[in-house]
Amino acid sequence: MTLPGFPEAAPLAGLAGGVLIGLAAALMLLALGRIAGVSGLAAKAVGLGGSGMGRGSAWMFVIGLPLGALIVMLISGGIEASFANPVTLAIAGLMVGVGTRLGSGCTSGHGVCGVSRLSARSIVATLTFLGTGIASVAIMNALGLEVL
Amino acid sequence: MRTAITSLVSGTLFGAGLALGGMTDPARVRGFLDVFGDWDPTLAFVMGGAVIVMAIAWRLVPRLAEPIFAGEFHLPTKSDLTPRLIGGAALFGIGWGIAGLCPGPGIAALVIEPAAAAIFVVAMLAGMAVVRLMEGASS
Repeated sequence: MTLPGFPEAAPLAGLAGGVLIGLAAALMLLALGRIAGVSGLAAKAVGLGGSGMGRGSAWMFVIGLPLGALIVMLISGGIEASFANPVTLAIAGLMVGVGTRLGSGCTSGHGVCGVSRLSARSIVATLTFLGTGIASVAIMNALGLEVL
Repeated sequence: MRTAITSLVSGTLFGAGLALGGMTDPARVRGFLDVFGDWDPTLAFVMGGAVIVMAIAWRLVPRLAEPIFAGEFHLPTKSDLTPRLIGGAALFGIGWGIAGLCPGPGIAALVIEPAAAAIFVVAMLAGMAVVRLMEGASS
């Protein structure tokens, strides 16, 4: 199925992926009483603060992420993806690391778990990172900076 | 043990959802953020689907005296909108827009494009370490 006017969009795959992400976060919440925030769990796993969860379980969640992607890859026969050059990836990674620790979360913790809880902090954080994300893409496009 | 297995199952479902929804493709993520250009709305469906399921889950929380496999809920209690929150989110968004990766997809992509994803993940952990060191120095 495609969206009229958006030939590139994959709305059904997107919705199905979103439901899986929601189920994953719901499992963490209802079974363990925890927020499925990837930045916090990743920080916890490597001993850089973050979630109050045990380090072993934080590692299990983090290991599950590539495992889940691998399963989709094997079933679908490959995942389309194009990545930026190493320098761009390093700069962006640093900003994401600093920003998510200062901002107490990322797309998962704030964008999914917090927004669905109607947390004011998460709604403000999500609108902020959406805004600066949109702005950085727009500015890079205006400057003709192609990174992918 | 139950906690570890539940975490692994959750992480795996999460990673599968990211891959299925297209979030492990930086080009698609940047296409979503490119609202003034050639906009790709796919990620709105990803976020929408996830938020709807979680909104239902949040409604079940008050009906549970405690989590199914744990003694109590550990949920964020802060409600103040601080410069740190907004500044951090702003910086994160810039990094997200530049490379089209946020933490979950970056880690999940380690099996899709290992070298590129590893550079992003190592840099992200370095950034987290910087914050940790600064906080250690100030306290």
